Amino acid sequence: MSAEAPVQAPVQAVPFLPMIRTLGLVSLICGFAVTFAYQWTKPYVEENQRITTERAVRAVLPGAVTQRAFVLGKDGISPAAADSPAEDVVYVGFDAAGKIVGIAARGASRGYADLVHIMFSYDPACECINALKVTKMNETPGLGDTVLKDPDFKRNFEALDARVNAEGTALANRIVTVKHGTKREAWQIDAISGSTVTSKAIGRGLDQSAQRLVPRMQRHLAELERGGR
Amino acid sequence: MSLVNKEEPLTLDTFVRGVWRENPVFVTLLGMCPTLAVTNSATNAISMGLATTFVLICSNVLVSMLRKVIPKEVRIAAYIVLIASFVTVVDYAIQAISLEVYEALGAFIQLIVVNCIILGRAEAYASRQTVVNTAVNSIGTGIGFTLALLCLGVVREVLGAGTLFSVRILPDQFQPWVLMLLPAGGFFVLAGWLLLIDFMNVRKERRALEQQGATVHGQ
Amino acid sequence: MANESLGFIFLNALLINNFVLAMFLGICPFLGVSAKKDTALNMGIATTFVMFVSSMCAFGLNWLLVKLGIEFLRLISYIVVIASAVQLVEMIIKKYSPALFRALGIYLPLITTNCAVLGIAVFQTAKNYDLAQSAVYSVGAGAGFTLALMLMAGLREKLALADVPSVARGAGMTLMLAGLLSLAFMGFAGLGGGGD
Repeated sequence: MSAEAPVQAPVQAVPFLPMIRTLGLVSLICGFAVTFAYQWTKPYVEENQRITTERAVRAVLPGAVTQRAFVLGKDGISPAAADSPAEDVVYVGFDAAGKIVGIAARGASRGYADLVHIMFSYDPACECINALKVTKMNETPGLGDTVLKDPDFKRNFEALDARVNAEGTALANRIVTVKHGTKREAWQIDAISGSTVTSKAIGRGLDQSAQRLVPRMQRHLAELERGGR
Repeated sequence: MSLVNKEEPLTLDTFVRGVWRENPVFVTLLGMCPTLAVTNSATNAISMGLATTFVLICSNVLVSMLRKVIPKEVRIAAYIVLIASFVTVVDYAIQAISLEVYEALGAFIQLIVVNCIILGRAEAYASRQTVVNTAVNSIGTGIGFTLALLCLGVVREVLGAGTLFSVRILPDQFQPWVLMLLPAGGFFVLAGWLLLIDFMNVRKERRALEQQGATVHGQ
Repeated sequence: MANESLGFIFLNALLINNFVLAMFLGICPFLGVSAKKDTALNMGIATTFVMFVSSMCAFGLNWLLVKLGIEFLRLISYIVVIASAVQLVEMIIKKYSPALFRALGIYLPLITTNCAVLGIAVFQTAKNYDLAQSAVYSVGAGAGFTLALMLMAGLREKLALADVPSVARGAGMTLMLAGLLSLAFMGFAGLGGGGD
């Protein structure tokens, strides 16, 4: 592949046709293998992803019997499809009577090692976030992953204030993670000491997503409620 | 066109060689990156080992089948394209089987492509030997690799989390050595294994030398 | 989600999530080339250059693949691009600095199988970095790789004169040193305020 020293004898002309023929053959085999694998596994992969999403939504909306995914754009809602922009998709949970239980959405922000992915649920009745689950993270074991188990941290998300401001464009108060033990307001998250980076990541991910989606949820609440019928 | 044609017969050694004597991780020190990165749990270790073995076998068998046809000048490029294709296949296969394993292994599935073991075996063995020999040798090497990963994975998971294959085996009072799950732990455990193996080899050599000395001096 | 500042990306790749000591990429050359400071530095610089070129090509390639809807060819095209980039760098070095070329010897073609180079391409795609972020990321990762290599080379040069037990010499000692370095680098957590 690399000619390092000057060649002593004259190099024999490299046969062109066999090279092309071989590379062509190799490409054909590989192309076939890859395309075949991709097409064959596509339905399974999509099914797996659907199951994982459903499980995550059910974790934050325990009272929901059915759930539907919608794309919540600035101007209205539409049913979600496989190619919808991921950051605008919300999952509405309905109980057995078809009444809305809550609206779940995703968020993500950078923690220590990589992105921390969350799923949270918004309760339109109390205008607050009432559940949060970390769906994917790669944080330091023993340090960052305490956010998964610490009961005090989980309590932060039982009634996290997410009221919309008067203009309806954003949240009235920014959701922010504060130092452990200094939580005073309903829209603050008490960090876990020793996991500040991960706690902040969760707070940031939640805030970014909520700022974007909750005002839209309020604006199109009637449509979302009707979505079940 | 093809390289030195010294085709060897198929023996048990062809298989065992890859597992122990020429173990890719402990002897030739290849494939270090996945060995350190995905061995923080035994399940991940086995998954990675199996995935790599699959790519190793498929790509090497294909290289062996095409060895008389691939010109020397483009052989590395051809090998790489073959290996990359099978890695893509494995990538989708794992996604379809278990999303959890897929996310645990992360980017390292795609990095199987640059695992020196596979390219090394293709260049040194598959391009010169028959298909059957190659298949057997690849299976042996793959098993050796998986075993090496398991050695690390088991130690790191048991000491680092108290579980084995996610089943709690150490009593609850055991405070896990979180260090084992961190990158540093990977380095230390691998170093430990290498030291152990080196120590055993040195002892074997010394004993062989003593025996030789005894037969020379004794009658 | 890709709204990290450029400075943070650089710092992150260099120190906090150092490619060798935290992400386990590029271990093979790390163990093989880190015996002498000069070789380490040369290898580091050559790798950084290859990383930068591959990163830019991978960015363009990904854009094209997404446009044509054939993302499943991503891995194959990335690795071919990297192999070509290494060839290119080899030719450039041979032309402009034959001494460097001779010094690097066999290690240059081995950059193709350096997990770190493919790792950059794969990670920048996964994190949806734009062009500037990818450029900074690859240079930062290369710098981090070089840093780790230089640190290890410095340590090993000193230890070559020390009384190390014979079983530990070579890979065993290097790995233990790497473990200690990795622990030390964990102290950089939280540097830069954690991004956006």
